Amino acid sequence: MTREQMAFDCVVVGAGPSGLAAAIRLKQLKPDLSVCILEKGSEVGAHILSGAVFEPRALNELVPDWKARGAPLITEAKDDHFYFLTKVKAYPLPTPPPMHNHGNYIISLGNLCRWLAIQAEALGVEIFTGFAAAEVLYDGDGQVKGVATGDMGIGKDGKPTETYAPGVELVAHQTIIAEGCRGSLTRMLFERFNLRAECDPQTYGIGFKELWEVDPAKHRPGKIVHTIGWPLDTATYGGSFCYHLEDHQVIVGFVVGLDYANPFLSPFEEFQRFKTHPLIRPLLEGARRVSYGARAISAGGAQSVPKLTFPGGVLVGDTAGFLNVPKLKGSHTAMKSGMLAAEAVVEALDAGVPEATSYPDRLKQSWLWRELYHVRNIKPSFKWGLWPALAYAAFDSYVLRGRAPWTMHHRPDHIQLKPAAASRPIAYPKPDGKLTFDRLSSVFVSNTNHEENQPSHLKLKDPTIPIAINLKLYDAPEQRYCPAGVYEIVAGPTLGINAQNCIHCKSCDIKDPTQNIIWAVPEGGGGPNYPNM
Amino acid sequence: MAVLVLAEHDNAGLAAATLSTVTAAVQLASGPVHILVAGRAASVAAAAAARLGGVEKVLLADNAAYEYGFAEPLTALIVGLAEGYEAILAPANTFGKNVLPRVAALLDVAQISDIVAIVSSDTFIRPIYAGNALATVQSKDRRKVITVRTTAFAPATESGEAVTEPVSAAVPVARSRFVGRDVARSERPDLTTARVVVSGGRGLGSKENFQLMEQLADTLGAAIGASRAAVDAGYAPNDAQVGQTGKIVAPELYIAVGISGAIQHLAGMKESKVIVAINKDEEAPIFQIADYSLVGDLFVELPKLCKLLSSSGAVEG
Amino acid sequence: MKVLVAVKRVIDYNVRVRVRADGSGVETANVKFSMNPFDEIAVEEAVRLKEAGATAEIIVVSIGPAQAQETLRSALAMGADRAILIQTEDAVEPLAVAKLLTAVARREGVELAIIGKQAIDDDANQTGQMLAALLDWPQGTFASKLVLEDGRAVVTREIDGGLETVSLALPAVITTDLRLNAPRYASLPNIMKAKKKPLDILTPADFGVDVSPRLVTLKVEAPRQRKAGVKVADAAQLFDKLKHEAKVI
Repeated sequence: MTREQMAFDCVVVGAGPSGLAAAIRLKQLKPDLSVCILEKGSEVGAHILSGAVFEPRALNELVPDWKARGAPLITEAKDDHFYFLTKVKAYPLPTPPPMHNHGNYIISLGNLCRWLAIQAEALGVEIFTGFAAAEVLYDGDGQVKGVATGDMGIGKDGKPTETYAPGVELVAHQTIIAEGCRGSLTRMLFERFNLRAECDPQTYGIGFKELWEVDPAKHRPGKIVHTIGWPLDTATYGGSFCYHLEDHQVIVGFVVGLDYANPFLSPFEEFQRFKTHPLIRPLLEGARRVSYGARAISAGGAQSVPKLTFPGGVLVGDTAGFLNVPKLKGSHTAMKSGMLAAEAVVEALDAGVPEATSYPDRLKQSWLWRELYHVRNIKPSFKWGLWPALAYAAFDSYVLRGRAPWTMHHRPDHIQLKPAAASRPIAYPKPDGKLTFDRLSSVFVSNTNHEENQPSHLKLKDPTIPIAINLKLYDAPEQRYCPAGVYEIVAGPTLGINAQNCIHCKSCDIKDPTQNIIWAVPEGGGGPNYPNM
Repeated sequence: MAVLVLAEHDNAGLAAATLSTVTAAVQLASGPVHILVAGRAASVAAAAAARLGGVEKVLLADNAAYEYGFAEPLTALIVGLAEGYEAILAPANTFGKNVLPRVAALLDVAQISDIVAIVSSDTFIRPIYAGNALATVQSKDRRKVITVRTTAFAPATESGEAVTEPVSAAVPVARSRFVGRDVARSERPDLTTARVVVSGGRGLGSKENFQLMEQLADTLGAAIGASRAAVDAGYAPNDAQVGQTGKIVAPELYIAVGISGAIQHLAGMKESKVIVAINKDEEAPIFQIADYSLVGDLFVELPKLCKLLSSSGAVEG
Repeated sequence: MKVLVAVKRVIDYNVRVRVRADGSGVETANVKFSMNPFDEIAVEEAVRLKEAGATAEIIVVSIGPAQAQETLRSALAMGADRAILIQTEDAVEPLAVAKLLTAVARREGVELAIIGKQAIDDDANQTGQMLAALLDWPQGTFASKLVLEDGRAVVTREIDGGLETVSLALPAVITTDLRLNAPRYASLPNIMKAKKKPLDILTPADFGVDVSPRLVTLKVEAPRQRKAGVKVADAAQLFDKLKHEAKVI
């Protein structure tokens, strides 16, 4: 059947920091442009999860009077602490220069996005929440001409239900893809336009975050603590963060590189047991966990940034991969990329050309690229293990100052797993329900929901692989890397997929050893409903 | 102060909900408790009301207009009687919820819905947000109109000898007409209102084994629920799902069989009065909230339990 | 015939509510709000009546803060014709809501009011009945089916343990139960169109209604955590405990 069409000058996919910044910049440059944003979350911020220590550089450029407009940047970053942990000890390390946070703010990125959405709407941007962009539309010349939203009201059996509503085509001169890390449309565009031909594979991490309400006596607004070491072994990339926000709230989080090798490793349980370390346990004892979430992040840096433009559209933000890994920040770069893309898009629209080719040039001339280029060798050096990497990082930052004449390269995360037979099983402690939790009670506080009567949005290319390869060779690692208990081996054995639990982190799409799992968008509005995350 | 209870009955007898409401009324009253039995040829129900402990007087309003418990004529009747009472109570079920807000509006007072505890003559505890929070509220109105969550109060016993007094009121022009009632929709009670719910989980292992739950339900007159895992595995139909995304139940007795007790399931049944869990995994989270925990093989214990229940002739729900 | 539908902005049903540590209420900051699910069913029913030609205009009313405009826009996107926000930042109790709706119903000359049976925040289950009382209209509460014929509303009601069917002379108040219908998704084009539909903003004072509360919430607490009970050895002991200790069988 034919779908309804709506026409805009620009359609933005995703109401995260990059998409919102792009939309705002478009309207600032050309107020009469019609711009809409599609957001799969039930509201702006519902799917946003970030640390976050926020560097306001891009925001200063985008909305210079953000303070007067009441942007939710409340808690100024104060003291930075950096530790190496053993099981029982914490050794203070000098804070590396990229991790100095003077002038930054500890924020909820979700709340910043909620505020940015209000700014965008005030400029006339249409924001449609609860609608997932499920499909890229092409015109006869193969140029992108917009996106289509997914059908609503399709039952588990794939047939329309009583509430069936077909998707709508949003056609636009320029489509700005701002899906966040590992976007599902981005993946299609990579293939269609061969956008990754000249870059390294992307490499990823999975980031966990919990929000806690702590004893006011233990609360130090502005305090920032990062750790490396325990509970991870030195071969695995990762570490923790702990930020003291306003209102007695403390953020506790953990990142594990998805290039880990041991299939028995469970990033979720590494995070849970991290909280029992003597450095952190006293802070959380007697405190209350308020929320939980997880999300993949792009860690490839400059050498993994793909071609950013194609006829009819551009990629912005973390779906392209602008995270500054040593700085542990990507929101300011995401916003900056959105703004630069918007400028190039306006130029292309004015010139009547289909591709915003000046976007990569603008990017290369901006502070964003200088930042990423300087630190490009830090993350790859971790392939040597923790200590050599730290030594190299110090050498690269202090001696070479990012001007190394070489660039180290990445390998994709999904080929890094070793067979279970060649790996050491890890025994994780049972959750105590106070400091540490299981996956399902964690998903519970992420307010995750999907309409139950819909086809699974987690698709298997080949349904035999989960048992024939994943279980046999790797002891079904999806049971462990999924932070939401979506995957479980049940009697048969077969792979059970509890798609309703999915918190949209995309780890399965990234880490599945044979890339057999495809993460597609579910019915719009599904997924977590993160508050203050 | 005097308290009036609006009785739910079927003319031939009192509903169990009325007994619990009387208990709440006795607890609240500093003066006499009266009970209003309004119906058609309801003298038997009125006689039952007269035997309830703590009831001083039964007001019997016998009129065809009250036959089906319609809110409009009942409201007119109660509003006419209200002057003599400081509080008017009814059970918080579909009968009481239908009538009492109408009374409150005409008396120009707030209704306090679904109370689970009485703190003082003007202060009550009631659940909000589907039981995820409890509010303590104080009424500033001189007259209180209250619906009572019946599971929170024990039923009144038959230990009294109240006098019965006929009452009547002008009946408003009937604009509601009774068409029909269908209370025998299925042999099993409705999941959300059943007195006893038995729920099965993935521990049952197959759709065939899930039949065991039917046997258990038969012996107890119970409704059958299921965990999401059991529904996903195809053991039980979708509408049997108890939990966060399924039905929220709070029966007097909840028996969880082969259910591990993920928090999403607990969210749908943790307000049950008595929880029984049967599971072979000693670590199952359901045991952390169960009143009676049976760690064992359900395929051994369940038939034994069914046998004991059927031989004792357990009461019909 | 004009239909009045009332909608309330409540914490979204997917959000796990959390009681504030100081007992003053539940956490609402940056929490997702949406239309009360029973009210969505009410809007859907009104739209279906309109699509069937049974009604001419659907007026949707909300009483609440400025953000309740979004809730009204959602109702307009589903198919309501125009909206009225009676704006107030204070909590408004069901009695005051019913008084305001009574004033709107009289002013607009509506003949049918469809009201959600309860809001999922205060779980009061009062407003529809109170509105019926104040308008002196018959009521069909907890409806799982509604048919309009010959100037009457035939309502199937979900009562404890079964169904009851009543026939009401119009004008009447209907309150919705879950099984009445499955609300539609608002489509993108309809969301755009809804932005242009009329939405009037008034205040309780415009209706001369005193909305000051009659109840004082002294505190809000989380329900007690259930604790593990006793272990029983076998079915026989379980049976004995249920019969003689818990007395539930």
